[in-house]
Amino acid sequence: MGLVPLAGLICRREWLLAVRSPAQVLNPLVFFVLVIAMFPLGISPAPEVLARIAGGVIWVAALLAVLLSLESLFREDRDEGVLEQLLVSPHPLPFVVLVKVLVYALLVGGPLVLMSPVLGLMLSLPPATYGTLVAALLLGMPTLFLLGSVGAALTVGLRRGGLLLVLLVLPLYVPVLVFATAAVDAAQLGMPVRGHLALLGALLALMLVVAPVAAAGALRVTSEE
Amino acid sequence: MGWLATWYHRWASPPWFYQMSGRWTRGLMGLALPLLCVGTLWGLAFAPADYQQGNSFRIIYIHVPAAMVAQSGYILMASAGLVGLVWRLKVADVVLRNCAPIGAAMTFLALATGSIWGKPTWGAWWVWDARITSMLVLLMLYLGVMGLGSAFRNEQAAGRASAILALVGVVNIPIIKYSVEWWYSLHQPATFRLTEKPAMPVEMWAPLLVMVLGFYAFFGAVLLARSRVDLLDRERRSRWVRSLVAEHAI
Repeated sequence: MGLVPLAGLICRREWLLAVRSPAQVLNPLVFFVLVIAMFPLGISPAPEVLARIAGGVIWVAALLAVLLSLESLFREDRDEGVLEQLLVSPHPLPFVVLVKVLVYALLVGGPLVLMSPVLGLMLSLPPATYGTLVAALLLGMPTLFLLGSVGAALTVGLRRGGLLLVLLVLPLYVPVLVFATAAVDAAQLGMPVRGHLALLGALLALMLVVAPVAAAGALRVTSEE
Repeated sequence: MGWLATWYHRWASPPWFYQMSGRWTRGLMGLALPLLCVGTLWGLAFAPADYQQGNSFRIIYIHVPAAMVAQSGYILMASAGLVGLVWRLKVADVVLRNCAPIGAAMTFLALATGSIWGKPTWGAWWVWDARITSMLVLLMLYLGVMGLGSAFRNEQAAGRASAILALVGVVNIPIIKYSVEWWYSLHQPATFRLTEKPAMPVEMWAPLLVMVLGFYAFFGAVLLARSRVDLLDRERRSRWVRSLVAEHAI
């Protein structure tokens, strides 16, 4: 089988799984909204305070929502034996992982990106910054899923893997968080944002190359455990 | 290149590593202790006080070497990971797993001394400066490698999983190094530069150099000592360990 039909098959399978158990896709979205709703309650409902922290709050909530969803990235495939089939199949494993992660990012991360301007509105973020917020999420979100796939692959076979996954992956998210919130801040101050977005794009390009190889290697290691 | 291959194959064999690392541990420790004693005494008692910071700057003699060793320790760990993954060497796995706790301790030492130094200099125990934050991230990366390694029951899988994590984490090392140039902040720029003359007078940086060398020697000695014991434990069923034990039995 060529790589394109293979990618089509993986996309179709992931799509069907997501449609038939929508909770897996919707729970991170509900989590995302709920976490953000806690900040005005906990800090202050004053619009000027909220506008100042909005970019960071949305991004931290997005990181946590992604982390929460990562545990199920390979878990079910492993429990049902799909992972073993992929490991022994003749297809290049990094490619399979790449397609799987990107589809997963689209299914889980997509709703978060679509929701973010609404949340920006609720946090009194100036409307002029929505474009930057969405652009930063579009560039940063796949990076989060790609980096996270390495952590998910490393912890898939372990009991109590969930907390360990957070410990492994969260430090690696720091650069994405820094550049993305810097972009939103710059947009709020009316400064150019292209440099920050370019750095996010560079991180994405790097991770597109590195992460699938590392995650595939990690899946091979954890399958021996 | 022949001698390199021979050297490499020798060190990759556990019995050879065990035997040689004993000698090297003693040698490095013999180097580290005098260096650290001389450096500490020289730095704390004889080096001139800073004209701005007074005596409080003397903590630099602990802070800078600890931070340098913490960062190089991660690179060494990732290199050991690469060697272990590519050539499947047991010795590289052992070195990687034992690098993490020492590196974490050094990172913690750098953070703690930095915090103590920050109080008289900046007036705050903790400042969210890019470099301090990067060190905190480095500490978490070390803790992640340690946590992942201990979560596996299979030692071989643990070594390879830690190696993959260390290699992915090494992406963060350049960010730590260049964070000073990326984000302007309260922290002073790097003290040592290879290309320029240090901004400090000789009487100040000479003890620092002694301390840095002492810290590296100490790191090497502790790493080898730990790896040696770990290797012995993992190889306890092999013939060379049995004959070693039989030799030393009374």
